[in-house]
Amino acid sequence: MASLIPCPHCGVRPKEEFAIRGDASLVRPDPESSDETWNDYVHIRANPRGRYREHWQHVAGCRRWLVVERDTFTHEVFSVTDGSVRAWEIGR
Amino acid sequence: MRYSAFSIVRNALSGNVNWKPAWRQPDPKPFYDVIIVGGGGHGLATAYYLAKEFGVRNIAVLEKGYLGSGNVGRNTTIVRSNYMLPGNEPFYEFSMKLWEGLEQDLNYNAMLSQRGIINLYHNDGQRDAYIRRGNAMWMEGVPAELLDRAALKKLLPYLNFDHARFPIMGGLLQKRGGTARHDAVAWGFGRAADRHGVDLIQNCEVTGIRRENGLVTGVETSRGFIGCAKLGLAAAGNTSRVGQMADLKLPIESHVLQAFVTEGLKPAIDHVITYGAGHFYISQSDKGGLVFGAEIDGYNSYAQRGNLATVEHVMEEGVTMIPGLSRVRVLRSWGGVMDMSMDGSPIISRTPIDNLYLNAGWCYGGFKATPASGWCFAHLIAKNETHPAARFLRLDRFERGFPIDEHGAGPQPNLH
Repeated sequence: MASLIPCPHCGVRPKEEFAIRGDASLVRPDPESSDETWNDYVHIRANPRGRYREHWQHVAGCRRWLVVERDTFTHEVFSVTDGSVRAWEIGR
Repeated sequence: MRYSAFSIVRNALSGNVNWKPAWRQPDPKPFYDVIIVGGGGHGLATAYYLAKEFGVRNIAVLEKGYLGSGNVGRNTTIVRSNYMLPGNEPFYEFSMKLWEGLEQDLNYNAMLSQRGIINLYHNDGQRDAYIRRGNAMWMEGVPAELLDRAALKKLLPYLNFDHARFPIMGGLLQKRGGTARHDAVAWGFGRAADRHGVDLIQNCEVTGIRRENGLVTGVETSRGFIGCAKLGLAAAGNTSRVGQMADLKLPIESHVLQAFVTEGLKPAIDHVITYGAGHFYISQSDKGGLVFGAEIDGYNSYAQRGNLATVEHVMEEGVTMIPGLSRVRVLRSWGGVMDMSMDGSPIISRTPIDNLYLNAGWCYGGFKATPASGWCFAHLIAKNETHPAARFLRLDRFERGFPIDEHGAGPQPNLH
């Protein structure tokens, strides 16, 4: 895992300041969605070996939720964006 | 060649030049009745029990590296059956019973040592939780003992009993728990499977799963196409990648877990001890090194290496529990890729494809399960029906709402 994470608000910070929640590609379904849709959201994961987008929270810094795109094998970090930017992109 | 005291003497007298390789190096045949993907502990055990207990002939195990190169040789070798939930405990006890007769069955010294495993508790709530767990074990016929502080002081005098924040109040003991030599388990199962005619094919990576009319017809590999009537997946940390080849939707994330071994010491730690104020476990190998580990690093990873913050955390936990550890030098550390399931419990199951079977989701607890995992998976593949001990470990338990969540952590793999 990369040691330093470029937080868009706080600058380059050690990764120990962040808490990792998990897959950022998932979008919470409508409450009335089918059981299958909810099961896919709650339990099913693509779990790729390679590029992966994850929700991280900068708990020891700005406390913002971030989307970190990184490689799950080489541990290279490609981009760090604020969660709201990502949410805007996917139209929520 | 059967191993025995006599064979050692005979080979010694003849200069040790007549030992045979423990298994053949066969080329893949065009077709097998059963192919197992993954030549680790679980895959080899499955092949062995398929051949020995369920009478299946014509089996191959495909391994992309060498036998036992994955998690079966990367764990902390602990064997136990001290689970709480009814979906888990009978399965792990079945495994414990198989461990107890394994070496004679395999004709291989796996160095099983039932030295006892002790889970420490540090407050009243934790004591109550361990009493509950101990009682749950007794309900499945598995002996457990609660040790108070005085009994523990006699047994483990070197612990830090009076730590200001996490004083040690007692522990839950399973006397039959212990350790086994992990490499020997892989080699023992591999050799025994080979003796029953199983083809162990190494350096053979599966790159695709061929299907026709909704059924698997074989696998594409780095050594060409190999046909099969039934396919079993036992690919541990790479389960998602192999499952993707058959479009399986899986409740699994891959995470990295680290383990450590110190320089060799004279006998000092006689048991397996787990720390209740963190997630630290330690034992001493027969060679003298202290073998220990703690939690997963907490992020998705396919790399067999961890990060230093976790190393520091593990060392701190160890020294908090046993202050004397601060004087010991660590020789090596390594990482393994864990197939973390969404409830922290394993999957031995049929899949939406009729002749494709899945063995996965072992999280960081697969080693102790090796014999029962192999047996139950072989039962499932051979008879197409679930073994009673593994009847709760189904893939569809997630969508049906029957997770087996020992920690009560919810569907968040990095918290299990």
